[in-house]
Amino acid sequence: MINAVEVKNITKRFPGVTANDRINLEIKRGEIHAIVGENGAGKSTLMKILSGLYQPDEGEIYIFGKKAVISSPVKAIEMKIGMVHQHFMLIPRFTVLENIILGSEIRAGISIDNKKAKKIVEDLCSMYNFSINLDSRVENISIGQAQRVEILKVLFRGADILVLDEPTAVLAPQEVKELFLNLRRLKQEGKTIVFISHKLDEVLDIADRITVLRRGRVVGSAVPGEITKEQLARMMVGKPVLIDLKKRETDPGEVLLSVKNLRVKDPGGKSVLNGISFEVKGGEIFGIAGIEGNGQKELAEAIIGLVNIDSGSIKIRNIDIKGLSVNQIRKMKVAYIPEDRHKNGLVLPMKVWENEIMGFQRDDKFYKKPLLKLKSAQDFTRSKIREYSISVSSINQAVEDLSGGNQQKVILARELSENPDVIIASQPTRGLDIGATEFVHEQLLKKRDEGKAILLISADLEEVLALSDRVGVMYNGSIIAEFKPGEITLEDVGIYMLGGPEKKVSGE
Amino acid sequence: MHLAELLASSFRMAIPILLTALGAVYSERSGVVNIGLEGMMIVGSFWGALGSYFYGPYVGFLVAMLAGIVLAIIHAIASVTFKVDQIVSGVALNILAYGSSRFMSQAIFKMATTTPHVAGLVKINIPGADSVPYLKPLLTGISPIIIITILLVPISEFIINRTVFGLRLRAVGENPLAADTLGVNVFRMKYAGVLISGMLAGLAGAYLAMEHTGMYVEGMTQGKGYIALAAMIFGNWTPSGALMASLLFGFAESLSFRVVENSFIPYQFIKMIPYMLTLIVLAGFVRKSTPPAADGVPYERNAG
Ligand SMILES: Nc1ncnc2c1ncn2[C@@H]1O[C@H](COP(=O)(O)OP(=O)(O)OP(=O)(O)O)[C@@H](O)[C@H]1O
Ligand SMILES: [Mg+2]
Repeated sequence: MINAVEVKNITKRFPGVTANDRINLEIKRGEIHAIVGENGAGKSTLMKILSGLYQPDEGEIYIFGKKAVISSPVKAIEMKIGMVHQHFMLIPRFTVLENIILGSEIRAGISIDNKKAKKIVEDLCSMYNFSINLDSRVENISIGQAQRVEILKVLFRGADILVLDEPTAVLAPQEVKELFLNLRRLKQEGKTIVFISHKLDEVLDIADRITVLRRGRVVGSAVPGEITKEQLARMMVGKPVLIDLKKRETDPGEVLLSVKNLRVKDPGGKSVLNGISFEVKGGEIFGIAGIEGNGQKELAEAIIGLVNIDSGSIKIRNIDIKGLSVNQIRKMKVAYIPEDRHKNGLVLPMKVWENEIMGFQRDDKFYKKPLLKLKSAQDFTRSKIREYSISVSSINQAVEDLSGGNQQKVILARELSENPDVIIASQPTRGLDIGATEFVHEQLLKKRDEGKAILLISADLEEVLALSDRVGVMYNGSIIAEFKPGEITLEDVGIYMLGGPEKKVSGE
Repeated sequence: MHLAELLASSFRMAIPILLTALGAVYSERSGVVNIGLEGMMIVGSFWGALGSYFYGPYVGFLVAMLAGIVLAIIHAIASVTFKVDQIVSGVALNILAYGSSRFMSQAIFKMATTTPHVAGLVKINIPGADSVPYLKPLLTGISPIIIITILLVPISEFIINRTVFGLRLRAVGENPLAADTLGVNVFRMKYAGVLISGMLAGLAGAYLAMEHTGMYVEGMTQGKGYIALAAMIFGNWTPSGALMASLLFGFAESLSFRVVENSFIPYQFIKMIPYMLTLIVLAGFVRKSTPPAADGVPYERNAG
């Protein structure tokens, strides 16, 4: 049986780093092949080579047995390779259908034959069990659905090999289940799937074979069932990784963050937070679980001062922050790890060291009127790079050239460096490998043990349950349930995440 | 004051704004801000008059559109291919248009600021207009360009919303990277958008010179290119929205003419009405409208 993809001795270098180092890989037709590895291991680079975004410096690629030069994404799709990107490439203002057909429209003269196109896409949907409304605008659909649109886009173009880069990072548990159903169905129909994930449980669940990359090289491969999660993690990192967190008992101190009856409206006047109340004490992690888009983002942004409060109050150490600027709030020792690192956490074209001191550039440490103290800023960045083992080729590298996980580390290092009292952590481990995730978890627990107040917002339910002292479930702009981890099963939390049976919020 | 007359004049005033605003819709939906529309109108008015003077009105209009396109090509080369800031490139074109028209006028007609009188197209009279004297101003002496322009509104709606070309044009203005990865030729679409805007703005300038005034006069566009941009924004980047907004601006302008005739208010203040209206509209409504997501951002093809 011929291989769908065969990669021979592929090497790809970037200034200062060999992202792919003589990679050899065989992907069989009709299998689900997982690629795992630490942040910066070269997974995305390899996938971008397969999908025509990057050209390899050396090596050969064979697609269905034929030698292939994949010079552009269009070429890739001609060879039946379709890429579902880590960051969606969709047009929010277009309908689902428009997004799917763009570039491969069905024509009727000069106009688009919408009826025929719709029929074709609907047939695809029923064949692979996708449920989605083709006429809704992409800006109004959920992330899970947006991902389905991306998959449909490549199927519509006749892809036989689907490449998915961290497709589950942004999904809620239920959505992951649904995605996996779709993927299995695609496999049944003979499609080949290459897929990247940092969540080893998922990988062991869905993959037929696993290839492990480390520092640009293939260091091994495995078959689920013949390997445990610990062994796999060890193969990725090169040393044993401990996966269970040890959480000390603490005595929560005084209330550092208190939110009362918070209401927020979006720019269109729609209510997005409907009277939220909670308190976070020093030495405590308050976790917020919930499917994304239920007001979590607005909650975090209200606390840091990015959105206006409609009514209610937010107090930091008993001081009302109403009317204060983001800068003033940050000065009150509030740290913010935003969920969208590209939009809010980093200035992508700027250098690593510039991003590392951003927001603190006027601190005495880095600033002597009217100049920046370049040396101390750069030394600071170097020490953070060591402390957080961020892999960069130089501190002058543009942040946009770092791998996703390393970008996140740049933010974490910055936000946790100034010894904050209150930490708003939104999806802090999204896209991080297990080593880095564990590191972040340890850091957050350490801060908690030091008596800081932490608000942890995460779509990763297991993360929330593992770290938090108390958990609230957000749905539709309200906290509809509050409990301590251990009081309730994972399944029950899942029900609340979907709106669940109403439960009285404790403390109200 | 005669209402039908006022309306007819509003229409005549709205036409150059509308034509240019329609062009702006194409350009901006492809993601290119075209502040050079004013300059494209200026060259349209001069070259239109020139063409008409020597070869008659039809050639005049053709030459005017070509002149607009030539300026648009410069804008596209600078801002799409070489990624020069789109505002800077547009402003430079406006200066170029002004200077070159003055120079050419001096060289050809030995007059820097005007051309001799030139012929326009034969006007259309709706049959039977004489029987309804009240509506006569609206039904007689209609320039064919007015009819063409009005027809261009639904045609543009169709092109932008229903055709393959329109879908790709909009895609490029919203998310060029996404369009590029799907095999849409981003640069070609942007060039198309900018060139169409140059052509229509050139036509609008020629209308001013040949149909409206009967000659080219320096400064005759009076900032209509900018007002057209405002009309396009007010019209939320759609052809039919641009129609409504242009009619409003045209009405304000013709009102300002009429009020002058018998008024205590100093003439200069009355002349400000259309411009004040533009400012108010932009300040009050822009926040409610939504430009294409990648409007004004040059596209760099950066692999990843
Ligand atoms: N365009 C680029 N320019 C320079 N260096 C790059 C570029 N793209 C990737 N790199 C570097 O290549 C290495 C591999 O990056 P890649 O994105 O493939 O990692 P990854 O395995 O996908 O990591 P993650 O799990 O964090 O997404 C990293 O060190 C990264 O900094
Ligand atoms: Mg990656």
